[in-house]
Amino acid sequence: MNCDHCDKPAVVHEIVIKGGVSKEVHLCSEHAIAAGYPLPVEQPIADIFPKLGSVAKVEAAKSKERSAKCSACGLTFTVFRKSATLGCPACYDAFMPMIEKVIESAQDGATHHLGRSPIGGAEIERVQNLRVKLMHDLEAAVAAEQYERAAKLRDELKALDSQSP
Amino acid sequence: MSQPFSAAMSQVGPDSDVVVTSRVRLARNISGFPFISRASNPVRQEIMRVVRRAVDQSCQGIDANQELRWIELQSAPSRDRILLSERHLVSRHFANSDGPRALALSSDEHSSIMVNEEDHLRIQFLCAGSRLSDAFKAAFALENALANTTNFSFHPRWGYLTACPTNVGCGIRMSAMLHLPGAQIMKETDRIQRAAKELHLAVRGYYGEGSESIGDFFQFSNQTTLGSTEDALLEEFNGVVLPRLIGYEREARTAALARFRSRIEDIVFRSHANLSAARLLTADAATKDLSRMRFGVVMGLLSIELTTIQRLLLQVQPAHLSLIDPRSLDSEEADREVRAAYVRQELTRGTTDTK
Repeated sequence: MNCDHCDKPAVVHEIVIKGGVSKEVHLCSEHAIAAGYPLPVEQPIADIFPKLGSVAKVEAAKSKERSAKCSACGLTFTVFRKSATLGCPACYDAFMPMIEKVIESAQDGATHHLGRSPIGGAEIERVQNLRVKLMHDLEAAVAAEQYERAAKLRDELKALDSQSP
Repeated sequence: MSQPFSAAMSQVGPDSDVVVTSRVRLARNISGFPFISRASNPVRQEIMRVVRRAVDQSCQGIDANQELRWIELQSAPSRDRILLSERHLVSRHFANSDGPRALALSSDEHSSIMVNEEDHLRIQFLCAGSRLSDAFKAAFALENALANTTNFSFHPRWGYLTACPTNVGCGIRMSAMLHLPGAQIMKETDRIQRAAKELHLAVRGYYGEGSESIGDFFQFSNQTTLGSTEDALLEEFNGVVLPRLIGYEREARTAALARFRSRIEDIVFRSHANLSAARLLTADAATKDLSRMRFGVVMGLLSIELTTIQRLLLQVQPAHLSLIDPRSLDSEEADREVRAAYVRQELTRGTTDTK
């Protein structure tokens, strides 16, 4: 694909929507800079390869994932991947690494339940989870110098501690 | 159920100019049972037995006037199943699938529990207008009552466990059916849908998942169910997102009317004329024209009660139409003829129709 303005190869490709009409934009590096686009960063090959890790290792992990099976209900990984539906509560532990990825991507990175729970032992877990999350958020807020937010989180923590037995 | 219209779908409520209905739905599974995809028919029967007992023991006292009726879908006549899906009380999938499944339904049809849908329980409250916090309270009241006699599957890290791992945590789906003719005229619906996706909302059509939008009706619902408390999720959806969507649509309507007044009047009055004169009408065509009339009514262009339009939007659906006049089932042509005659009759009455 060549640049919209000259014959050089385009490096920036964008779809611009203006007044409800979408338009494709292709620009070479010079025209892209002129139009104020940031250029895609090229990483040196040496930086990329270590990140890839070993092919054999990745394969081994994948094959382990593929052969996983829930011992409680017998659901296999292959069937789960096709239907995206689990067979029983124990499946959550049986397909843990995979489930973790699915949930985190669907839930905007959230990793722990902070809502209500049935009466009983789980309530303690919930308060613990909430504490950990509030403390983490507090640290982040302080680091980012968001003091108003930090003060609010500190209050929430205090309230949580005064509630718990 | 044999009455030709339901409470939620044919009433009006707060912000009814934009918000047609509000719903809160909680997904729960009973511990000690496999999820539905791995549950044989005898196991599903057993789940129904457990739920029915819980409903009989715990739920009947929540609201003195509201007894929950138990409807077994596998033995219900197909018309009844379609009626329920036209009233948005069950999903189309639930209405048409196989296997033991049931609906516990309150007499005002606001509260209900789908048993053996994707999850063992889908506890829901559906009402007219923008009343999500009422729906939230009512759904949790029902859930609490059930929890007295039933244990729900719960994981310390993931919260309430659901058959689909993306619903874990609070297992709550809050949704609002919005009427967005203003945004449609101003060609803003694509932008709203993109913004909604960025806010992690799902946008669906008139009949929920997998359905298309008919007559500028769109259903918005939260996708995030993990990592926040239920109250925080409600506050975000009901306190922040929904008022902005409503405000956006109202602005679009005002702008549309300022710019295209005669074009909009033309569309609205033609739809009225069309429905007042047609001799053959399909459900989709009637829905489209009623949607345009709805716009005309809330903008003050037509002096017809909004409740009349809401009621007709439901009554033009095939199963509801057959309640009014069973001859509509004779043939496709009869269906269209009966629909046209009924709408004509109601619209002539409609100008004097009060609530």
